[in-house]
Amino acid sequence: MAIKTEPFVLNIGPVHPSTHGVFRMRATLDGEVVLDIEPVIGYLHRGIEKLAEQRTFTGFIPLTDRLDYISSMSNNMAYCMAVEKLAGVKVPERAQYLRVIIAEMQRIANHLIANGSFLNDCGAYFTPFLYMFREREKVVDLFEMLSGQRLTYNFMRIGGLSQDIPDEFLPALRRFLDKMPAFIDEYDRLLKENEVLLARTRGVGIITAEKALNCSISGPVLRSTGYSWDLRKADPYLLYDRFNFDVPVGMQGDCYDRFRVRMEEMRQSVRIIEQALKDLPLKGAVRADVPQRLHPPKGEAYAHIESPKGELGFHVVSDNSIAPYRVHIRPTSLLNLTALREMVRGWKVADLIVIFGSIDICLGEVDR
Amino acid sequence: MSKFERYGLGILKGMTVTIRQLLLRHPTVVQYPEQRLNTSRRIRGNELIWSRERCTGCATCAKACPQGAIEIVTSSNTNNNKYEVETYRVDTGYCIQCGLCVEACPYDALFLGSSYERAKYRRGDIVQSDDALLESPERPASGYYHPRLAEKMPEQTLLIDKITEKR
Amino acid sequence: MMMPDFGTGARIALAPLPPDWPGGFWWHWLFFTVLVLAFVLSMVMGVIYIERRVLARMQSRLGPNRTGPFGLLQAVADAVKVLIKENIVPAAADKVVHWLAPVVAFAPVVMVFAVVPFANGALLADLNIGILYVVAVSSIASVGIFMAGWGSSNKYALLGGMRDVASIVSYEIPLVLAILGVVLVAGSLSLNDIVQAQQNIPFILVQPLGFLLFFTAACAEINRSPFDLLEADSELTAGFHTEYSGMKFAMFYLVEYAEALAVSAVVATLFLGGWQGPVLPPWLWFLGKVFFVFLVMVWVRATMPRVRIDQLMAFAWKCLFPLALLNLLLTAAEVALWPGAMPLIVIPINFAIAGLLIIIWSKFFKLGWGRVEV
Repeated sequence: MAIKTEPFVLNIGPVHPSTHGVFRMRATLDGEVVLDIEPVIGYLHRGIEKLAEQRTFTGFIPLTDRLDYISSMSNNMAYCMAVEKLAGVKVPERAQYLRVIIAEMQRIANHLIANGSFLNDCGAYFTPFLYMFREREKVVDLFEMLSGQRLTYNFMRIGGLSQDIPDEFLPALRRFLDKMPAFIDEYDRLLKENEVLLARTRGVGIITAEKALNCSISGPVLRSTGYSWDLRKADPYLLYDRFNFDVPVGMQGDCYDRFRVRMEEMRQSVRIIEQALKDLPLKGAVRADVPQRLHPPKGEAYAHIESPKGELGFHVVSDNSIAPYRVHIRPTSLLNLTALREMVRGWKVADLIVIFGSIDICLGEVDR
Repeated sequence: MSKFERYGLGILKGMTVTIRQLLLRHPTVVQYPEQRLNTSRRIRGNELIWSRERCTGCATCAKACPQGAIEIVTSSNTNNNKYEVETYRVDTGYCIQCGLCVEACPYDALFLGSSYERAKYRRGDIVQSDDALLESPERPASGYYHPRLAEKMPEQTLLIDKITEKR
Repeated sequence: MMMPDFGTGARIALAPLPPDWPGGFWWHWLFFTVLVLAFVLSMVMGVIYIERRVLARMQSRLGPNRTGPFGLLQAVADAVKVLIKENIVPAAADKVVHWLAPVVAFAPVVMVFAVVPFANGALLADLNIGILYVVAVSSIASVGIFMAGWGSSNKYALLGGMRDVASIVSYEIPLVLAILGVVLVAGSLSLNDIVQAQQNIPFILVQPLGFLLFFTAACAEINRSPFDLLEADSELTAGFHTEYSGMKFAMFYLVEYAEALAVSAVVATLFLGGWQGPVLPPWLWFLGKVFFVFLVMVWVRATMPRVRIDQLMAFAWKCLFPLALLNLLLTAAEVALWPGAMPLIVIPINFAIAGLLIIIWSKFFKLGWGRVEV
C-alpha cells in the first residue's frame, strides 16, 4: 500500500536567517524535496527610480548608495558614469585611476561578504563569515578614511570624486594589499578542500551557460558557467584596458564554482589595484569642472559597469532640467535571481538555501 | 561526483586554521563603550554644524539637500541694511548625512559633526534650529570637506595596523 | 535482576564513611542522585561557557565577558533571563505534547550519568550492562525532540523533528557496532570494568577506527555540527524548538549540551581510559578528558559546514555501517587469535588497517549531487 503524501507549502522569509534581507520564497515541498518555489519580492521597495526624478543629478548620488548597500561605491560610479556620458564630462585621469582602485577594493569587500554569508548558509557556523568580515572591515576602514562613512559612501561625483584622497590613504592601502593575498590563501586553506563543503556545493544548483545568457544573468554567476564575459574586458570602461588581469571562469556553473570564481576575482582585484597604484598620477585634479546645477542636454545615456555582482547599468534620460526625467536601473541581483527557480527545483530544502546564497543578491537592489 | 578525494585531509587542513586562530592570534574585537577607535578625519557624524557668522542666507545648502531637510528663512533688516538669516532649521530625522550641503556651501559655513552617539529621546529634539546648530565643545566639527580642520584631527585607527598575530 | 551495587562511590570518595552513608538505602540513593544531578547541571553550565568562549576565540571574537569574572556567570544570567520570559504555546499546537516534549528530552540525558564512573567505582549504579543502558537511554531523547517537532504544529519544527528521527535511527547502528569493538576487547559491558581494562593502554590506540566511528556517530546522534541538521539555523531557523520560548526552550538548550557532555563522558570512558591516569586524582583526570573531548567537538563545530539530510543518511549506511562491521570483525578475530598479546602486535596492525580502510572508502564513497527529477 502506498502511503498517501501531499506536497506542502513552506514559507521561507521575509524574515529568515538566510534570505539575505527581506526576500520571501513560497516553497512547495515534497518532504525535503523542493518541487517549486515562488519568489515574492518588494518588501524593501522604496521607489528609488521615481525618487530620482525629484532630485538633482548630484542629489541622486546618495540614494544610489541605498541600492546595493554592500557595494555602494560601484553604484555611485555607474550612475556618475551615466550622467557623465549624458553631459559629455571628461573625467581627469587621476580620478579614473582612483575610481578603478576604489571599484576593485569594493569588489574585494563585496566578495568577502558574499562568500562569507554563502559559507554561513552552508552551515559553517559563522567562522568563515567572521574571518571574511575581519578583512572587509579593513577595506571599509579605508573607505571611511576616504568618504567619512562606512556603509553609504556617497564618494563619487559627476566628473570624478568628491574629494582628493588623504595623504595617509595610499600607504594604508599598500599595507592592506601586502597582507590580503595571505588572507585569501587562509580562506582557501579553511574550506576550499573541505569534503563536506564539496559534497554540499559541487554539482548543486547547476545552470548552463545558455540558460544563464537567456536569463541575462551576469557577473560571477555567469562566469561560473564557463562563459567568459566581463565588462571590464568586453567593453572596457574607465582605464581597464590598461591593466593586465584574468577573468576567472568556472567549469560547470554549480555553487562551488561560484564560490571559487569569487575567490579568484579577489586575487585579480588585488592584482589590478597593484598595477593601478604603480601608474597613479601623484598630482592632478580628481574632479572635472562640473557646475553644481548640472543641466545635461536633452537626450539619454546608458552606462554599465561590471559591479561585483554583475552588470550594473543606469539609463538616464534628461530633458535639460536640473533633475533627470527618468532613471532606470538595471539591477544585477534581480536579474540574477530570475534563474533561481530553475536552479533549485528537485533539490532539497538545504540546497535551496545554499543555491540562493551562492547567487549573492542584495535586497536593496532587487526591490529598489 | 564528489568523493572524499583527500581522505578527510581537507577537513584537517581547515581545522589547523581555526586552531591557529585560537592559539596564535588575538581576537579582532573592540569593546565598544570602553574602548573607542579614532574615527576617520572626514567622519560624517550625526549632526550638522552651522556658523552664524559666515552664513549669508544664500540657501545653496537647502537646494543641494537631496532630502529637503534644511529650512532657511531670511529677511532684509532695514535698520542696519543687512540681509539676515531669521531661522536655520534642520530636520535631522530626514538628514542622511550625505554631506552634499557642506560641499555646496560657498562660504564654508556648514560642517558635519564628528560625534556619532546623537540619538534623541524626544521626537521634537530631532528638529534643530539656530543656536542648537552652532559649534560647541559638545558638538565638534568634522574635517569633511574642510581639509584644514581634518589635519588637526587625530589620525584614524586602522584595523590593518592592529597586530593580529601573538608575539 | 541483579541489585545495583549502590554506594561503592561513597566508599572511595569518603573512605571512612559506611557504605550506605547518610543512613539507609533510600537516603543514600536520594543524596547521591541529587549530587549527580547538581554536578551534571553545573557541568553543563561550564560546558556552555567553554563552548561559547572557545568558539568565539576560534572565530576571532571574545565571547561572553561581561557577566562576572571572565563572563563566568553568563550562563546564570541567561538562565534568569529565560526563566522570566513569557512561555508561548502556539494556538494550533498539541498542548500536552508541546508541554511534555522538553521533559521527555531532558530526563534520559541526565539518566546516562548514573552509570558513568567518575573515579574507580564512583558511580551511581554499577550496572553490569552499563554501556547497553547508555545506548538505550540516550536514544529516548529523540522521542522528546520529535514530540517537540510534531507538537509545535510548525513546518520548520516538523522538518527538524523528522530529520532527527531519521538520523538517530541510522546512526544508532554504527554507534553500537563501534562500541561492540571496545566491549570485545574489554570483555565486559560495565563501564567501570571497561575503564579498568584500560589500565595500561587506552582503547583509542587499540581501536583507532572504532574511535573515529564512535565519535562521528555520536556527533550525529547528539546533533553536533557538522550533523546539526535538526536545528540548521540557516535553513530551518531553529528547527524543532522554533516554537519554544522561556524555560521550555532552556530545557532544550540544556539537553543539547548535556548530551554533548554525556557523549564526551562516554568517549572518555570507552576510549581514553576514563579516570585512569598518573599523579592527579581520578576525578580530575576524568573531567580533564571529558573537557578535552568536548573541546574537539567545539573545534569541529568551528570549522565544518553542515551536511545535507540525504548525505547524512548515505554517510551512515554506506560509510560508517560497513566500516563498523569490518572493525567489529577485525577486533573479534584479533581477540580470538591473540588473546594474550593484545597491545604490542595489535596497535600497529589496527592503525594500518584503519588507514587502509579509510583510504579505500574515500575512493568508493561518493557524496553530493542527488537531484530529484520533478
